[in-house]
Amino acid sequence: MTAIIQASNLTKIFDKSTAVDHISFDVHEGEIFGFLGPNGAGKTTTTRMLTGVIPADSGTVTILGHDIRSEPVMAKQGFGVVPETSNAYTDLTAWQNLMLMGELYGLPRARAEQRSSELLGLVGLLERKDQKVQAYSKGMKQRLILAMALIHEPGLLFLDEPTSGLDVQSTQMILALLRDLNDKGTTIFLTTHNMEEANRLCHRVGIILAGRMVAIDAPEKLKVAIDRVHKIEVSFDHEVPADALARLAGITSADRTGDKWQIIAENRDAVIRSLVEFSRHQGATIVTLNTLAPSLDEAFLRLTKGEKP
Amino acid sequence: MNPSGFPEQLRRSWAIAKKDIRIYYIKGPVLIFGVFMPLFMFLAFLMGTREVPLSFLISGLVGMTLFFTATAVSPAIFPWEGSAKTLERLASCPVTVEAIVFGDMIASTLFGIGITIITVIIGLALGLSLLHGITLVAAILIAACCFSAIGMLLAVPPTNVPSNIMMLSSLIKFPLVFISGIFVPLEQMPSWGLMLSYISPLTYFTDLVRYSFTDAHFFPIWADIAALAVFTLMFTVVTMVLHKRTMPQRM
Repeated sequence: MTAIIQASNLTKIFDKSTAVDHISFDVHEGEIFGFLGPNGAGKTTTTRMLTGVIPADSGTVTILGHDIRSEPVMAKQGFGVVPETSNAYTDLTAWQNLMLMGELYGLPRARAEQRSSELLGLVGLLERKDQKVQAYSKGMKQRLILAMALIHEPGLLFLDEPTSGLDVQSTQMILALLRDLNDKGTTIFLTTHNMEEANRLCHRVGIILAGRMVAIDAPEKLKVAIDRVHKIEVSFDHEVPADALARLAGITSADRTGDKWQIIAENRDAVIRSLVEFSRHQGATIVTLNTLAPSLDEAFLRLTKGEKP
Repeated sequence: MNPSGFPEQLRRSWAIAKKDIRIYYIKGPVLIFGVFMPLFMFLAFLMGTREVPLSFLISGLVGMTLFFTATAVSPAIFPWEGSAKTLERLASCPVTVEAIVFGDMIASTLFGIGITIITVIIGLALGLSLLHGITLVAAILIAACCFSAIGMLLAVPPTNVPSNIMMLSSLIKFPLVFISGIFVPLEQMPSWGLMLSYISPLTYFTDLVRYSFTDAHFFPIWADIAALAVFTLMFTVVTMVLHKRTMPQRM
């Protein structure tokens, strides 16, 4: 898998406080990478170092094969940025903002005009393209800066809290657009507080805490990994003997709740296989079988608060 | 297209300059300030001074206009954009710090030249004759670049509070006007004043404007142009080096 972003031992110190402490990670081509962490964990500082807005005190960042320190222009040419705060020029119209971006990314005028029309249509702002941005709502501004970040059709997109504080319509529009972009091959680095958003969108997430990366994995794996024991809920079409169930290999405990059994096990895969064999042996049919994983919210809270399961 | 090549970065500087002109320069208050500020200073001296001829003061007015207009807005652009977070957008675009600074310089140079042309027209309307037009055009072009570099140099301290920079800017700009032979001819200056005037690029520009309108000059013309060119180069290089160093502190 090709690494689009390679961060190695990235460190940033403000005065005597270490905001980002030797973090290393890769983001692969075509994936949506979620970057999570509590307030002040170092998410925005890391994103700013990755995008070349501020220099790292030590460590290296390679974007699309270009070192952000030694080849900043070449690296920046390949990505778009949607920052946390809307930073379109409010004294310019949406059209002028997009044309400015087109010029800053070196697009020929005709191509910039074509892309601007397409993107304004895509984010639902075409009819208000000649209105100054200062009259836009927060959602409209956010959609505009997303369009501005996409003017040069980047292969990599950085987004810092893109849906924070937005109405449902704008949020859904942006998320749908991100999915669509990713389907077409755009790699996305998404900083977010919204666990549900990360859970639904991201192929992998990295969790940063106090400047250190505490976990990187796929959301589902991360949820499972934080629990050393697993809960499985199973129900059968008729009564099965409780003691036989509890004696199955790998089962720590089996408690009956209503018509279901809640099973605690250390090896989920082995227990599921045992349950299937057990039901066959008992001549029973499995009606439901659910693995109860913690939510990404729970995973995040445990990882960032140091809670033990 | 090589995005980091000089021609491409120059093109992007021009985009930044156009943005600056749209946002910061083509505003009623800025245009009015650009014309009226030097005009009122000129009128104050015209009423208070009887010993110097009108042609002398008009030349000074042209010098002052270019100096004030080319340095009027540029020092505040970085603080404004820093506080509005638009500077962060520029910093994340494939544009070098030098290209951003140069774009701001182009805008202030063009603004300075535009307003100064109005002042020259006023001078001609008041009956002054333009004796050395080519010298005047060359002087305005070089000095506009020089003063816009000074304007950007004033913006180097990495603050995002525009009023801090404007205060610093006034503290430096106003004394320069008084040591540059605008209101007091260089010939009448005390020796310490004359020594100070040598370090002001405005001195050489005013001398060139005076030569263009009255044929009189204090320094040789080639020396005036050479001094302005050296100051322009020096201020441009220094401002770019310093901005590159302080830019991350604005983010």
